[in-house]
Amino acid sequence: MISSRFSKALSWAYLIALYGFIFLPVAVLVLFSFQDGRLPVPPFNGATLKWYAQVFADDRLMSALGNSLMVALGSSTVACILGFCAAYGLARYILPASRLQRGLLVAPMTVSYLIIALGLLSTFNWVGISLSLWTVGIGHVVINLPLCFAIIYASMGDHQKNIERAARDLGAAEWQVMTQVSAPMLMPSILAAFFLSVTFSWDEFIISFLLSRFDVTLPVEIWSMLRSGLNPKTNAVGSIVFLVSVALLLILELIVFRRTAKK
Amino acid sequence: MATTTLETRENRRAWGFVTPALLWTVAFFVIPFIVMAAISLATRKGRELVMMWNLDNYVTFFEKAHLLKGLFVSLEITFTVTFISILLAYPLAWIIAERVPQKWQRMALIMAILPFWTSYVVRSYSWLLVLAKNGVINNTLMQIGLIAEPLEMASTRSATVIGFVHFFVMLLTLTIYANLVQMPPNYRRAAADLGANGFQVFWHVVLPLTLPGIMVGAFLTFVLCIGDYITPQILGGNNELALPQIIMLQLGRRADFPMAATLSIILMGVVTLAYIACARWLKMERT
Amino acid sequence: MTAPVSIRNATKTFGDFTALNDVSLEIEAGEFIVLLGPSGCGKTTLLSLLGGFLSPSKGTIEIAGRDMGQVPPSKRPTTTMFQDYALFPHMTLRDNVAFGLKMRKIGKSERHAKAEELLDMVGLKSSADKKPHELSGGQRQRIALARALAVEPDVLLLDEPLGALDLKLRRQMQDELKAIQKRVGTTFVHVTHDQEEAMAIADRIVVMNGGKIEDVGRPEDIYMRPKTLFSASFMGEVNFIPGTLDAATDDGVHINTILGAVKLPATALCTPPIKAGEKITLAIRPEHFRASTGTGPRITLGAAKISDGAFFGTHHRAHLSPVDYPNMTITAHMPQSAIIEPGAWIDLTIDPASITVLPGHPSAAKQEDAP
Repeated sequence: MISSRFSKALSWAYLIALYGFIFLPVAVLVLFSFQDGRLPVPPFNGATLKWYAQVFADDRLMSALGNSLMVALGSSTVACILGFCAAYGLARYILPASRLQRGLLVAPMTVSYLIIALGLLSTFNWVGISLSLWTVGIGHVVINLPLCFAIIYASMGDHQKNIERAARDLGAAEWQVMTQVSAPMLMPSILAAFFLSVTFSWDEFIISFLLSRFDVTLPVEIWSMLRSGLNPKTNAVGSIVFLVSVALLLILELIVFRRTAKK
Repeated sequence: MATTTLETRENRRAWGFVTPALLWTVAFFVIPFIVMAAISLATRKGRELVMMWNLDNYVTFFEKAHLLKGLFVSLEITFTVTFISILLAYPLAWIIAERVPQKWQRMALIMAILPFWTSYVVRSYSWLLVLAKNGVINNTLMQIGLIAEPLEMASTRSATVIGFVHFFVMLLTLTIYANLVQMPPNYRRAAADLGANGFQVFWHVVLPLTLPGIMVGAFLTFVLCIGDYITPQILGGNNELALPQIIMLQLGRRADFPMAATLSIILMGVVTLAYIACARWLKMERT
Repeated sequence: MTAPVSIRNATKTFGDFTALNDVSLEIEAGEFIVLLGPSGCGKTTLLSLLGGFLSPSKGTIEIAGRDMGQVPPSKRPTTTMFQDYALFPHMTLRDNVAFGLKMRKIGKSERHAKAEELLDMVGLKSSADKKPHELSGGQRQRIALARALAVEPDVLLLDEPLGALDLKLRRQMQDELKAIQKRVGTTFVHVTHDQEEAMAIADRIVVMNGGKIEDVGRPEDIYMRPKTLFSASFMGEVNFIPGTLDAATDDGVHINTILGAVKLPATALCTPPIKAGEKITLAIRPEHFRASTGTGPRITLGAAKISDGAFFGTHHRAHLSPVDYPNMTITAHMPQSAIIEPGAWIDLTIDPASITVLPGHPSAAKQEDAP
């Protein structure tokens, strides 16, 4: 069975090559964030934490980081609540033009962020709303609402419809059905939607860039750091952002997916 | 009829659930889009916008070569990226689904999408570290003596394509993998049982059944790729501009809002065409 | 708690489709009623009308003498045990069972005590802190029953609750269900398509087909004296022998069948009365064929040839083709000791008291079945 052994070896070689490709830039990014020198390029001169110290001492970066977290958590909460209610209404009741409504709700998913940002910018200018973190948050709800709606709507099976019927049958009022049965029952998918939204909002650049003015989010701040060219400090910020995202992903994996996998 | 009121009351409540999300979408997505469409019919006089209600900006787009070229650059990059990403992702998804032991598959997928969670801006920047004149690749090649002069890799279209492919390989691997593992193994056994060889099984059974996954991934790749500003801006340099770069240019240096709006509408038109082409694969189903 | 139910002229239409067509039924307090029929016969629709998940297009439903027209499910004195159990996946068994009491604003200690009492009744007290996904199908089914009974409904509605269980477990649960119903005294309305299940648990069976009630009665009445061809065939294997009614006199019923003329006791005729000359069908259960020698009244439908047979443990099941009508196949159960030889001739001998005369011919009845 030479051919089968050969194809097996080929498979593993391919796997390793592609993982190498996928991890190369991240590895380089993290490695040179410890560079003891002014340029984050080879040769590696030895490890230092001074760039991280600089990052944490940088007030503008730190406030941008705070802004990013605030916008991410706030906009994801709003997107999840709106998305859950809409999914509940559309999955559990028969409404006219429900296909059209679903289409409208997921439509922003198929539009480039740049266009969403430009449209909102035009409208805010026209109405006379000045740009701030609030306008960034509004933009992030627009991009995350379709995601939250789609994820939660997809998890609302007809089996759960019977469970909600059972609750009603046992005397639960509509708000009790929603808060004590539907929401806890769908918690895995609601949490998944929430954490995905948080990471999307946390990473989002173009909407934050176009819709903010004085207070900016982290990606926008990093963008302005890039103008000064390659710099180990940028590597350090990037590594921190990566770490936060991976931590979020791990939370998602441990709390949400493990729990659903068990069932 | 008295007996139908129970159901009517329920329907009124259902609107209460759906309306907030619908209102949000209309106020911050539909109306902005209409406003932008209207502005694309205006012109710029100094810092003021004057509504012209004509298609002059669109005519200008087709007349000015550097604008039109932006669209073609974007399309070329997008198609190249989508094609290469599918070619790279399909074998990866297949190897993960078939060769990696069951209990490691989840881990393999999580690893594959891990770099997805680096910030958008940071990801392009990391490729710059790799591809720059004094970056990792040039440095390594010169160390082992393969080249004498550093290669010009950053600030080229190839750099943009590499940056994009890196991102979309993960996305496509996910969608194709999802399709591959959903497929009951008996389909392939049945085909093999009926005399199909390895390639025939793949061509007649596996590929058609994974086409939805490919198409969903390809569509997402298309939409995200053609509308992206960051990757071509950081990696592609200023030799040739993709459409989003031109849009940002109108906004920034030229402060030509109507032209930016016009280009955005055109960009959206292209995405809509792609959507129509892929629509049959993108149905949303409840489980 | 328990209450009578009365359904008057209930009709339910979905667009052009009539799921339930002018159905009336009186259910006594404490009765175990089984709605029996094939899928699409309207039994589940009727149950949903009782539970308040659907409103009737026409007609009224009264429970304990109260009109239920405007009463939502949560306010009805009914609870439902769902086919898929519909247990709350995120709650412990105790919280599942106590849910209805919580909704009725009963204090925590009181409702937990009541929940544990019910868990004890269904034999799962020690699992009170488990979650539904840790249970087997039969256990989930018991929890669903305990949860539905915890709020002491007047009427318990059971929507094919045993459908997902394997045969052995189903038989066991039938016995438990029956015992629990006798203990709590609640009116049970149970939907199933399994006629053996219906016979095992029902006080009365309601046979439904095409949105209408075909037959109502005690299991033995429905089996032995069905009122329609559908009811006769749905309750178990049966031979239909078409014919016409010659005359109904005081000393008996004279019938002409394709297998010859017979005279049956007047009790063989079901209501409504059938006039002379009308098409009728004799319904004969396979186990009602008798040996040609022996005591008691006997009639015969001529000779038949054995085409094949198989041993079923309690009896031999044989296919026979009558000499007068070789195209017809008759199924008969013969004693364990019988020797079945294909090609052998036997007489079709029956106790006339076990034959039922039904209106119409089977082919016509089949056309009615078709939607």
